[in-house]
Amino acid sequence: MSVMFLMATMGLYLVGTAFFLAYLLRRSEALSKVAIGVTAIGFLSHTAALLTRMTEAGHVPFTSFDEAMSFFSWALVLVFLVVELRHRIHVLGSFILPLALLSLLSAAALPKAVPTLEPVLRTVWLHVALSMLGTVGFAVAFVAGIMYLIQDGLLKSKRFNVLYTKLPPLDFLDHLNQQSILLGFPLLTLGIITGAISAEFARGSYLNWNPEQTWALVTWVFYFIVLMGRITVGWRAKRAAYLTIIGFAGVILTFIGVVVKGHGPIA
Amino acid sequence: MDIIVVGLSHKTAPVEVREKLAVPDSRLGEALCRLCAYPGVKEGVLLSTCNRVEVYAVVDQVEAGYARVQEFLADTHLSLSSEQLTPHLYWYTGDRAIGHLFRVAASLDSMVVGEAQILGQLKDAYEVALAHKASGVILNKLVKKAISVAKRVRTETRIAEMAVSVSYAAVELAKKIFSNLGEKTVLLVGAGEMAKLAAQHLIRNGVRRVMITTRDSHSAIELAKRFNGVPVPFDEFQRELSEADIVLCSTGAAHYIIRSEEVQRAVRQRMNRPIFLIDISVPRNIDPAVKDIDNAFLFDIDDLEMRVEQNREERRREAGKAERLIEQEVDVILQWLKSLEVTPTILALRRRAEEIKHAELEKSMSRLGHLSPEERTAVEGLASAIVNKLLHGSLVTLKTEADSAGGSLFVEAARRFFNLDDAPAADPVTDPDRSVKPVPVAGYSDPEQESPEPAQQKDS
Repeated sequence: MSVMFLMATMGLYLVGTAFFLAYLLRRSEALSKVAIGVTAIGFLSHTAALLTRMTEAGHVPFTSFDEAMSFFSWALVLVFLVVELRHRIHVLGSFILPLALLSLLSAAALPKAVPTLEPVLRTVWLHVALSMLGTVGFAVAFVAGIMYLIQDGLLKSKRFNVLYTKLPPLDFLDHLNQQSILLGFPLLTLGIITGAISAEFARGSYLNWNPEQTWALVTWVFYFIVLMGRITVGWRAKRAAYLTIIGFAGVILTFIGVVVKGHGPIA
Repeated sequence: MDIIVVGLSHKTAPVEVREKLAVPDSRLGEALCRLCAYPGVKEGVLLSTCNRVEVYAVVDQVEAGYARVQEFLADTHLSLSSEQLTPHLYWYTGDRAIGHLFRVAASLDSMVVGEAQILGQLKDAYEVALAHKASGVILNKLVKKAISVAKRVRTETRIAEMAVSVSYAAVELAKKIFSNLGEKTVLLVGAGEMAKLAAQHLIRNGVRRVMITTRDSHSAIELAKRFNGVPVPFDEFQRELSEADIVLCSTGAAHYIIRSEEVQRAVRQRMNRPIFLIDISVPRNIDPAVKDIDNAFLFDIDDLEMRVEQNREERRREAGKAERLIEQEVDVILQWLKSLEVTPTILALRRRAEEIKHAELEKSMSRLGHLSPEERTAVEGLASAIVNKLLHGSLVTLKTEADSAGGSLFVEAARRFFNLDDAPAADPVTDPDRSVKPVPVAGYSDPEQESPEPAQQKDS
């Protein structure tokens, strides 16, 4: 059942992505309506997939890496829909939905075995959920950063093309960047703390410097510096955009670290 | 009965001709009365603006109508003869006349495509025609439709959306950098016309804080009053640069008055918040090197003009969409006009009566039980007689009045009285209440409306 919903979701996100990319290049506003509609339906299907998976597995479904990625993708689409509802910036979907689709596809590419957890590890889901939500914040900041650099470049080179007309104002993008990090950072912090506690339960040590933990800490320190830089010395606008793009690369490396370490229960 | 338009516009006539023909508002009513006094002219609307003078009329015969209206136009100015006007005029009838009116209303025929003024002017012209009873059923419907078409074009295409003036292009650009102009500060350097205009547009779009500096401190104070802003001494304004989110520069100076280092410093003081600089002066007053500074966005007059030109092109593209929309709407009006013609109306009326008669007869026959063929014929004859007697008067009136001044009014009235344009609402045979009603007015399908052509052939 959950697999069926997941397949449907992937199909819908694929169609949504296609429409969003077409919207990026065409002057038609109707394209965005279709794209948003398809994405919203996809989101419902995705929610159904997560819920059915939960009942099938008998626990909260973020215990394996593929489940975590699916949850990440779900939360990313949720954030997009919320921002879309509030600000009506359709073009955000052209950047976020491909990312959501990619993470869902990568989740699907990984083995699907529902892992059986030792009872003591059941609390791990909280660590995964928090880390993933924090990552969603960084992903949105990353997208806002890319959009910022594009719009900045278009304004600087005075190329007033279709993309220019569709991208939101620079300060909106900078603000979105800031808010996403402000939300993502505390969530990641909590994620790391709960992760360390779980590790203590599982292995008797809070930290054992595996690639996942190392990169998570590096990422945390990096975003801490980015946030502080913004507040104290004005690392905003273009610089913030660059930094958040680099930061997200760190996040992706963390993900790869998890995969290298071996998928399955995260702890 | 035909719709015609005769007129001239900025596309066909130079201003020397247009100004002679233009009818001032105060004399519009009198001119309309004169127009409608011409034989064969049944309805008229006169649209007179600085870019066009057009007469829309409903006439008996197209060619004669053209001649009458041209005469009328020539009569508005003594020094013009009808022949002199000919090279500047255009004449349209039927769908082309309707399409022209729609295009004018939607501002597709305007000098600046997409400008909104023409719609108001058309509304005014219509009001005057209404007040002087110069317009009738057809032109009333037509002008109302033109106004709604214009609104549809405005909402469904982006024809009126884009900035087509240099000063407004500055606002458009500002909105791509700042999402909320309400909390931004504008620094106006110099008192150039274009910069003042741009400042005005920015204020209208939400900007509340304005700082003004001019070399002559007197005019800065003057301008500050006008824009409800703060005057800043000219030799100190560079220090205020970091306060400004938007800098509008247009002075007569022959050198750079805002240098790269100053902007650099301002950006640093602003903690990298973007600053938007517009240099509308020639020669330029802001060092072009500013464009290389991160988070400073400099645009000069050429950049703005390029943007305006792009938008003009975009409007032309949108105009194509509008044209297609107008074609659809012209078809709608043509359908309606067709329904106003007297022959199809008479046919529809007969058909409707025939249907009622049939349905009622059938119902009664089944109730009366067995009738002899003679009795049957008698009942049928009675029904036919009543229907025919009732209709006869109406039909004769319709035929005779069709060619009179109020002809279309009669036809429209007949169609409404007998519900000839109604869609079928209920099945007449299965409706149980039907027999109670003295005259069932609704509930009959009207083949006339769905396919006028075949119905005509069948009946004639």
